[in-house]
Amino acid sequence: MSTYCAGLFADIGILLLGALSVYIILATGQLSLGNAGFMGIGSYVASYLTVELHWPLTPALIAAALSASIIGIIVGFPALRLKGIYLAIATLGFGEMVRSFFLNFSHMGGSGGYHGMQHVSLGYIWAWAAGILLLLTLLERSRLWLEMRAVHDDETAAGLIGLNTTATKVGAFGFGAAVAAIAGGLFAHHYVYIEPANFGFERSIDFVLAVILGGSTVGAGALLGAALIVLLPEWLRFLADWRLAAFGTLLILVLLTRRQGILDRPLLAKLSFRGKSP
Amino acid sequence: MTAATNGALLRLANIGKSFGGIRALSDVSMTVEQNRIVGVIGPNGAGKTTLFNVITGAYRAGDGEVVLAGETITYWPSYRIMRAGIARTFQNIRLFAGMTVWEHLLVAQPHRGALLRVVLPVRWADPAAWARAEEALVFFGLQDYRNAIARTLPYGIQRKVEMARALTAGPRLLLLDEPVAGMNHDEAEELRALLMQLNARGLSILLIEHDMAFVMNLCHELYVLDFGAIIAQGAPADIRSNPVVLDAYLGTDTPC
Repeated sequence: MSTYCAGLFADIGILLLGALSVYIILATGQLSLGNAGFMGIGSYVASYLTVELHWPLTPALIAAALSASIIGIIVGFPALRLKGIYLAIATLGFGEMVRSFFLNFSHMGGSGGYHGMQHVSLGYIWAWAAGILLLLTLLERSRLWLEMRAVHDDETAAGLIGLNTTATKVGAFGFGAAVAAIAGGLFAHHYVYIEPANFGFERSIDFVLAVILGGSTVGAGALLGAALIVLLPEWLRFLADWRLAAFGTLLILVLLTRRQGILDRPLLAKLSFRGKSP
Repeated sequence: MTAATNGALLRLANIGKSFGGIRALSDVSMTVEQNRIVGVIGPNGAGKTTLFNVITGAYRAGDGEVVLAGETITYWPSYRIMRAGIARTFQNIRLFAGMTVWEHLLVAQPHRGALLRVVLPVRWADPAAWARAEEALVFFGLQDYRNAIARTLPYGIQRKVEMARALTAGPRLLLLDEPVAGMNHDEAEELRALLMQLNARGLSILLIEHDMAFVMNLCHELYVLDFGAIIAQGAPADIRSNPVVLDAYLGTDTPC
């Protein structure tokens, strides 16, 4: 495989994890525009552990995921009081807060960025990406996921049938943050150089876009969305300067025809020939 | 669904609730004995649904207490009250928009045991939950609608799905808010038979209903609510001829 293709596939794997982090939180009806912040935290924590403390990468990623999930839970509590657009703006603020924290964090390079990480293989990135996607595919058939969907559909009714909606919503933030942190750790060890600008608002938007485009009701949607967001601008290169405009047009067309994104449960069932079994 | 204690399953003592200057409930006391079907009737706006909302923790009671099997649950959060053994349905049906009938029968079941049971596919990890859902599906005759999105089904079916969802939570007391509203006579009769069957298995039921024939034939005891206060209580036969009730609610011209 050429370095060019390997680079694209690595980007897809990392974007897939970022998109899944949004998908998990969105499954409880909360839109987060700040997941690049969690990604940044994971990125810096994992890099610190491997470069300064010489940890192997896998435990460093797990530690990064755990620390980001604690931050995610802390963010999840004030998020309980906000809905819709207000929550989206608040999480956006959180993402910018994280970015400017690392901008001023001179121990790890501040605005000059941080380096010294060992390059990681494409296979390693995809082992994490595929592993977490598989885990989520199993989780989608679980009681926990049903509860998350119940909170998404009607939070009051979910409480009145005995579900702890607070724990569900806050837990989703913690879980989503952990997945974003793994994306960040892998990003750092793929590009072997990170700077605060890597974790800005545009990246959070990319995550959300991948979910909305690929399908926001199934985990596999994030995979399709991530692949399209990385590959479409490449395929559209023949349009030269117009390719981003073409990409935007395609995006609008998809959302006009399929509000739930390209993939959804009925379509997946058709594709896998499973007919109507749940 | 076994009788854990003797006597009162649910006891409301002097419940009061105001919204701003409006007194929605004042000094409401009632008792649901173990294994009874109790009805709450009264004109629109009398405070019946507010009463249900206070019992289930959707509203905080202004005064008084709610006691379930000897335990005071007045200010508990909804989900704890549900887990303690009260399940309910809603006057304006509240099903989950994206879920199939089958998913509704799994979602409300209480957790039992290990974390793995909760995070792995239900079918392998919790066959007992799967079986309970199957049982509820058959009991309410919903087999044909198993994989349909519940919200797209006819009204009467949706009511049944909501009741089935409430039952899979394994309640000791079932609260039904206008269970036969929008149903025709045959459907209402069928539902009455199902509820009597559940009651025979030990389930206690508290229900709000406007369909007098349904209430009179089903309930062991009735409370009549008017302007947020209880104006009468007793056996259906007594309520039917109570002059206060006739005046406030049933009307004097058309005996039922």
